[in-house]
Amino acid sequence: MTLSMLNGEPHVITVGAEILGEALDRQAVPRTGVDWRPPMAGVAADVLAGVLADPRRERANETAVGRLVSARPRLVGVRPAREVLGLEPGTFFHAGPPITWDRASGPMRGALIGAMLFEGLARTPEEAEAALAAATGPDGGAGSGRGVTLDSCHHHRTVGPMAGVVSPSMWMLEVADDEHGGTAYCSLNEGLGKVLRYGAYGPEVIDRLRWMGEVLGPVLRAALERCGPIDLRSLTAQALQMGDELHNRNRAATSLLVREIAPAVVEAAPDRAAEVLRFINGNDHFFLNAGMAAAKVSADAARNVPGSSLVVAMARNGTDFGIQISGLGDRWFTGPAGVPDGLYLGAYGPADANPDIGDSTITETTGLGGFAMAAAPAIVRFVGGDVADAVTATTSMYEITLAEHPAYQIPGLGFRGTPVGIDVTLVARTGLLPVVNTGIAGRVAGTGQVGAGLVSPPAEAFTTALEALAGALNSP
Amino acid sequence: MNDLVEVRAGVYRDSVSLMRVSRALTARPWVSVALVAMATALNVEMARDLGFAVPGTATPGDLLVAIRAGSADELADAAADLERHLAERGSAAGSGGARTEGARPGGTLPRTVRSAARTAQASAAPATPATLALVSVPGEHAFAEAMDAVAAGLSVMIFSDNMPIEQEILLKDRARERGVLVMGPDCGTAVIGGAGLGFANVLRPGPVGVVAASGTGAQQVTSLLDLAGVGVGHVLGVGGRDLSAEVGGRSTIQALRALDADPATELIVLISKPPAPEVARAVRDLSLTKPIVAALLGPGQDDLTAAAAKVLSTLGVPVPGWPHWPAPRPLSGGGPLRGLYCGGTLCTEAELITRAMPARETAEFTDFGADEYTRGRAHPMIDPALRLEALAAVDRGVVLLDVVLGHGADPDPAASLAPGLARAAARGVAAVVALVGTDGDPQGLRAQAARLNEAGAAVFTSNAAAARHAARLAVPLTGGAV
Repeated sequence: MTLSMLNGEPHVITVGAEILGEALDRQAVPRTGVDWRPPMAGVAADVLAGVLADPRRERANETAVGRLVSARPRLVGVRPAREVLGLEPGTFFHAGPPITWDRASGPMRGALIGAMLFEGLARTPEEAEAALAAATGPDGGAGSGRGVTLDSCHHHRTVGPMAGVVSPSMWMLEVADDEHGGTAYCSLNEGLGKVLRYGAYGPEVIDRLRWMGEVLGPVLRAALERCGPIDLRSLTAQALQMGDELHNRNRAATSLLVREIAPAVVEAAPDRAAEVLRFINGNDHFFLNAGMAAAKVSADAARNVPGSSLVVAMARNGTDFGIQISGLGDRWFTGPAGVPDGLYLGAYGPADANPDIGDSTITETTGLGGFAMAAAPAIVRFVGGDVADAVTATTSMYEITLAEHPAYQIPGLGFRGTPVGIDVTLVARTGLLPVVNTGIAGRVAGTGQVGAGLVSPPAEAFTTALEALAGALNSP
Repeated sequence: MNDLVEVRAGVYRDSVSLMRVSRALTARPWVSVALVAMATALNVEMARDLGFAVPGTATPGDLLVAIRAGSADELADAAADLERHLAERGSAAGSGGARTEGARPGGTLPRTVRSAARTAQASAAPATPATLALVSVPGEHAFAEAMDAVAAGLSVMIFSDNMPIEQEILLKDRARERGVLVMGPDCGTAVIGGAGLGFANVLRPGPVGVVAASGTGAQQVTSLLDLAGVGVGHVLGVGGRDLSAEVGGRSTIQALRALDADPATELIVLISKPPAPEVARAVRDLSLTKPIVAALLGPGQDDLTAAAAKVLSTLGVPVPGWPHWPAPRPLSGGGPLRGLYCGGTLCTEAELITRAMPARETAEFTDFGADEYTRGRAHPMIDPALRLEALAAVDRGVVLLDVVLGHGADPDPAASLAPGLARAAARGVAAVVALVGTDGDPQGLRAQAARLNEAGAAVFTSNAAAARHAARLAVPLTGGAV
C-alpha cells in the first residue's frame, strides 16, 4: 500500500495541546488549528464514541442530508385542511411537539380558542376553553364522540408558524417535492398585529380567517391552476441573494412570489384581485408559510434513514422545544423552550415574552433563518446584533452541519452554500446549539408579536437524542 | 491575604497551556498561589483546600482562576499578567496566527477535525491540502477527532493516551479501509516528510524509514543515526499497544508496507517491545522487498544502541564512538541505583541492562511518563516538577536520568535540571544522564550536554552506555572510586 502523506508537503490539522501546534509553527509546517472544547455538559464520552462508531453513520448521514438538499419543493395547490389533511371537526393541529391544554402557554391557548370559535364549535371563549380542557391526544380520541382532539402538525406532514393551529376550515398551501415525491402543508399567513397564530381570537381575527377561507384561498387556488406550480427552491435561492434569511425576513421572497402569481390572480379573479394582492403585498411575511412547507417537505425527505444522526425537525409549542432525528423515527426529544433574547417593540419587555413557539424553526432545520443570517444584514439590528454577529452566527453553524446547500448561497460569504443538516453528534461535540432567529410572542393570549430575536434550543434535547441513538445500537 | 477567584464560563484552554500560565504567574514575586485550570471537580477541590472561595456554579467546561498575592497591587498586576497570557494564546490560535490557516470570515476557527479538514481541503492555493491530523485532546475525547480524520481520508497521529483499546482497533480497521494510517494512541513521536510531530528530534533527511511502537525508542535510534551522519525519511509511530495480541499489529503492518512502497526509503527499522508471537509471525510473513532491522527491546535482544549500529553496518557506514562527556570530578561509587526516567522505552532499556549486570545494593526505576504520573498533568518532558522532586529526595548512591531534546520537549531542560544535579552532587550522589538529541535540535545537544556536565553529571548520548556506566558505578570495584 502507499500512504499519500509520505509524498509531498505536510499540512497538519492540530487539535489539543497548543504546545504541539506551536512546535509545528517553529518548523514552518503549515497547519490548521482546531479550537477544541470538551463536549457539551451531559454528554458521556462512551455514549458519544458509541454513536460515532456506528458503521452506518457516515453513509446514512450522507444519504439523509443528500435527500434534504436535493429536494425540489414546488407550490402546487391551495386547498382546505379538511380536504387535504382529512381533518375532522374538533381535531386541531398545533405547532411543536404534542402538548396538552394544561401545559399550553397563553398564545397556544388563545389560538386554540380562536380556532374553536372559527369552526363554530363554541359560542364563547369560555365554552371553547371548557371543551379544550377536556381535549385528548390523537391516541385517546377514538370513540370520544364530539370531544376535541389535539395533535402535532409535524405528525401530519404539516407545519404552522407560532401557535401553528390548523383547523378543518383553514386553507393550506400544498408543496410537493418533485425529487422525492413528498408533500407538505402550511396554513396561509394572516399578516401582523392581532392574529390567531399569536393567540388573538377577537372578532376581527375570526373575520379575517373567514375572508381567507372564502376569498384568499379560492382565489390563490384558481390563480395557481392558471400559472402552474411555483418553484420554491428557485425563489428561496433568489431571495437569499436579495437579503432575506427566510425566517424573520421574507420581504424579497414575498415580492418575488407576488411577481410570479399576480397576473394569474388578476386573470383568475378580476373582481377580487386588488384586495387579494393588497393583502399579500401588505404582509412581508406572506412567503414564510410557503417557505416553511418547502422546508418541511425537504426535511421529511431525509427522515427514517437508519443510523443517521441528522436533525429532521426542530419545533416549539410555547412550552417545550423538541427535535426529531432521521434515524429515530417519530420520537421527540424535548427540553423547556427558552425566552428569545432580542429587541422588543414599543413598551414591551422580556417580562411580556412567551417562551419560544412555532414550527418556523423548520427553516433553521434546512439551513435558513438563523443559519443564513449572514445573507440578511438588513435585519441584524432588528434581532439585536450587528453585521459581524450575523456572519459569526452563520459561520459557526458550519461546525454543526453536514453539508453546504448547493442551491442556497450567501453572496457575502463568497456565494458559499448555507450550512445545512444539523448533526446531533456535532452539536454534542462542539456545544454549539443551533442559532434560531425568531419572532417573540406575547405571553398573554392575543397580545401578538412583542419583539424578535435569537433563541437557543435546550441542550438536553440534543443530549437525550444522542443517548437514544446510542440506545438504538444496543437494541437491534 | 489577597485572593482572586473567578470562574469564566465556557472558556477552554488545554491543560499544558494552562500549566504554563500557572507557572508563569507563580514565578512572580509575592504571588504565593496561582491556579489557572479547567474547573474539574479535582481542581475545584484543590482550590478550596487552598482556602479559595470557589463558587458552586463551576463546571468542568469553565475556566477556574485562583490567585493569591501579598498585596492588592501585586494581585492586580498578576491579574493583568493573566489576561496577557490568555490573550497571547488567543491570538496565536486566532486569525492573527502566522501559520494557522484555519481562520475564516467571521473569525471562527474550526471546532472539530471534520470541520478543519473541510476548510483545509476547500481553501484555495497557496495552502497545500491537509495531509494528516495530530490529535492530543484528553484520551476519552480523542476517538471523535481521530474518526473525523480517517473519515476525511487523512492519516492521524494520536498523541493522547488512555484511549480504550476497542476504539483503537476500530479506528485502525476503518483506517485500513480508507488507505490511511493511525499512529497511536499514545504515540509520542513521528516524523513525516521532514515535519516533526509530538516530541521529535530534528533529523537530517535520508534513506532510513522507522516504524515504532515506542516513541523514545525511536528518538534514541534516530538520534544516534543522525550523530553518525545517517538521515531518516519518515518515522511512523504506531502506538505502544499495536503489536499486542489484541491489536495484532494493524498499524505496524500497514506502516511497514507503506515504507516498503516508498521509493525514498532504503532500509526499515522496526522498534518495539517483543511482539506477541502471532503478531511477530504476521510481520515476518509480510515478505518485504527492503532490508529490515528489528530493535525488539527485551531480555536477550539487542539494545537500541546496538540496533542503531546494525543499521549503520547494513548501510555500510562505520559505527562512530557515541559522544559522551565524563563527569568533571570522579564520581564516588556504591550505594543504590535510582533511575528517574521520562521515556518509557529508555527506562525499560536501562532496567534490562542494569538487571543483567552484577548485583548491587538495590535498583529502582520510575517512568514519570507512565499514565499514573500524567493523569491531570503534562508529560515530564514538558513539566519536570515531579521528577525534580524525586531527584531532590535521592541522598546517596547513583542516579540515572534521561533528557530528551527536540521539538515539543522542554525548550531548556538543563535550566531546571542542572541546579538539581549540582545539589545532588553536593550530597555525594553520582549522576549519570542519557541525553537523547541531535545537533539540529532547538535546545542544542552540545550546549545542553555541557551544562549538565558542568553540574557534575556524566553525560551519554547512548542510553545503553549511560545505563552500563551507572550500573558499574553502583557496584564499586573493591577499594575505591571509579
